[in-house]
Amino acid sequence: MFRTPQRVLTGGLALLFLFPLVWASLASVSPQAGTAQIDGWGFGNYRTLIDYQAGVGQYLLNSTLVSLMTVVFTLVVSLLGGYAFAMFRFPGRDALFLLTLAILMVPYATLLIPLYVLLTELGLQNSLIGLSLVLTMFQLPFATFMMRISFEAVPKDLPESALVDGCGSFRALLYILVPAVKPGLITVGLFAFLAAWNDFITPLVLISDSEKLPLPLAVANMRQQVMGIVDFGATEAGVVVLAFPCIVLFLILQRHYVRGFMSGALKG
Amino acid sequence: MKFKGWAYAAPTALFVLIFFVVPIAIVARMSVSDWRLLTGNRGFNAPENFSDVLGDRLFWPAVWFTVKYTVVTTVILLALALLMALIVQESSRWTGFLRTSFLVPSALGLASASLLFYALYSPQSTPLEFLGIESFLGTPNAALWSTVVLIVWRFAGFYMLLLLVGLQAIPGDVYEAARLDGAGRWQTFRHVTVPLLRSSLAMCAILCVTGSMLAFDQFYILTKGGPDNSTITVVQLIYNMAFYGQNNLGRAAALSILVLAALLIVNVLQFRGLRDKEG
Repeated sequence: MFRTPQRVLTGGLALLFLFPLVWASLASVSPQAGTAQIDGWGFGNYRTLIDYQAGVGQYLLNSTLVSLMTVVFTLVVSLLGGYAFAMFRFPGRDALFLLTLAILMVPYATLLIPLYVLLTELGLQNSLIGLSLVLTMFQLPFATFMMRISFEAVPKDLPESALVDGCGSFRALLYILVPAVKPGLITVGLFAFLAAWNDFITPLVLISDSEKLPLPLAVANMRQQVMGIVDFGATEAGVVVLAFPCIVLFLILQRHYVRGFMSGALKG
Repeated sequence: MKFKGWAYAAPTALFVLIFFVVPIAIVARMSVSDWRLLTGNRGFNAPENFSDVLGDRLFWPAVWFTVKYTVVTTVILLALALLMALIVQESSRWTGFLRTSFLVPSALGLASASLLFYALYSPQSTPLEFLGIESFLGTPNAALWSTVVLIVWRFAGFYMLLLLVGLQAIPGDVYEAARLDGAGRWQTFRHVTVPLLRSSLAMCAILCVTGSMLAFDQFYILTKGGPDNSTITVVQLIYNMAFYGQNNLGRAAALSILVLAALLIVNVLQFRGLRDKEG
């Protein structure tokens, strides 16, 4: 159905979408006045990143830790929760499920102000663990919903036969059901990772120590440099470092990304 | 059985209780208390926080700007996403390439995308001089439209995907029937596709309106609320009241309760509008 003029038009639109990413990657290694890369092409801007304050390594480590903890917490909580909501009847089940979904309705900012105070009380303010716990909470509506429908899609006789064979419900979950809901787990994990890696306002409010900043905040802060002169080369390099893992993960797991929307759209 | 169900649901319940229910209770209490960042709770003072918020000189400009931004973004984003979904709805190698190109920006964080456009827009590093635009962020209007372009770039693929799922749920024989009745392309689109896509469109509108009403990252990074506080959104005002300048948690809590109420009302209206049209 695509003739040449349509190909040119749609291809042009696709290029418009790819252009900023291609530009940022090229600009980060190309010569530019006012950056660390003045003569010829090279990785001078990335060296600026490495030398910035605690160093890009520290910020990458912070972001990686926060993202991994968020993914693990989200997977564990939503796996158990999805199992409970899909396979068991217990008093308060529907109320708890609705309450979990209600997190979606409340603005981040509304929750972050009291969370700032609450985490201080709990000794978790300015800590990467506290940050991960809050990010996990923000992931729970989608993750719990996704895991619940994943468990509901498993044929009923699968867990029942395991229980008859003398498995406890936990062993049945671990050995029989986890493999069956693996695609759901991958989708939940991917979304949790992307959200945690990229979140900006949560660490902005909860993390005050510059050594503990995740990468997006560190790159954003880097712009306020000496005498108001912004090193755009370093910003471009920072964007590349931020975007690279997301784009790679996305391209590898694109199918699972799309599936997350299908489930929401079909039920919603 | 009951006990086991609760045992598996317990982690979820704990998370929801500690990080959602308790904070909601705290924010409600804060909104009626004299509660500063540094001194903590100094007792009940309602309705002072609310009247302070309404009297803040940036409150009405922020509300107005947020509404304007929400309307502009939602209209442009949904129209473009629908067009893109129609372009890529058949599967082929070419549409596969198009879909991936449109979707790649959605893998980026909003903050990363904003930083990217910050460099893209700044006179020192922009590759866009050939457009002849004097300043991308220098005037209130330019700042608004530049931010809209960033948001459209970042989110168009995401909404295209949601609409694509809806498009693919429309059975082929409906189109066949329209064709046999002699409907042209535009008529088919207007009288078959759009009505059958209504629930997907409504869901996109709800997500887009909610997201835009709560806009923060893009303005915090791109414009810092400037020029002349012209691009301060409501959530930015909350942040400023709490942690930047005023350091008044009570006032910020009062404003965030107002935002929560506005969001609930807008969403209820949108759901109701959707149901009435279907009924």
